[in-house]
Amino acid sequence: MAITRIVCPTAAKPGDVIEIKTLIQHHMETGHRRDDIGNAIPRDIVNELAVTYNGVEIFRAELQPGVAANPFFAFTTTATETGDITFTWTDDRGVKTVERRRITVG
Amino acid sequence: MVDTSNGRAQPDQLAQPNQLAQPDQLAESDQLAESSRLGRLSRRAVLAGVAGSAAVAMTPAISAPAAADDGLAADAIKTLTRGAQIKPGRVTVVMPELAENGNTVALTVTVDSPMTAADHVKAIHVIADKNPIARIVTMHLGPRAGRAKVATNIRLATTQVVTVLAEMSDGQYWSGAQEVIVTLAACMDAG
Repeated sequence: MAITRIVCPTAAKPGDVIEIKTLIQHHMETGHRRDDIGNAIPRDIVNELAVTYNGVEIFRAELQPGVAANPFFAFTTTATETGDITFTWTDDRGVKTVERRRITVG
Repeated sequence: MVDTSNGRAQPDQLAQPNQLAQPDQLAESDQLAESSRLGRLSRRAVLAGVAGSAAVAMTPAISAPAAADDGLAADAIKTLTRGAQIKPGRVTVVMPELAENGNTVALTVTVDSPMTAADHVKAIHVIADKNPIARIVTMHLGPRAGRAKVATNIRLATTQVVTVLAEMSDGQYWSGAQEVIVTLAACMDAG
């Protein structure tokens, strides 16, 4: 389980536009590099970050090797109702890292 | 991936048009445009061969790959937009003008959009034409975003112009760009 960092307000008023920042620890191996004896190092990147708010998708990023190691994303969403914001990172090995944050709206 | 375009102009390769036009060798979607270009090249080579003049065949064969060399980003954009017209404007790209390290370059994109259900940004595509893979990231947004503002960190192989495309809900594409001078490239350790 990779280390993640999420900055997300825990409370907001209805209609507020809130900013969310996410980061996951991942080496984002590009697949272009070779090791000391010349063997290609296989690609291993986080290829998708999907964010849902009470089950409805609010942000999704499709990553290529051109995204820096420890991929960081900042985006906004409108606070609509009290609920869970779920962050799911998927890497090339199929490993999913899931984090949840509760937001109280009212 | 980039070097192959130079190899295409070699006369001995043009003598084998069928081998060049193998579609399965060009399976990557980013290279679909390339395959159609190759198809044209091969026909020209064959036709010229029938006419019995190899010199005539070389003229278009050399000029086409030369145009394709800097077409990596153009091909990526064409694949993304499916040929739709791209208008410059509405997209603000904030990046450092001078990046000391290409491994992590901060990128902030703001799109001028009301972000309503009727008129919002559907997706933001980041493209760097001199990276080994021109497409860097695609971010999907919706009207619930409230504001069309996203930020991330990207890798840059060398000094280049980073292009950002905004795909709108009405099917329009707008673009913004920013040149970044990279002093230490992200691919230095790729040897």
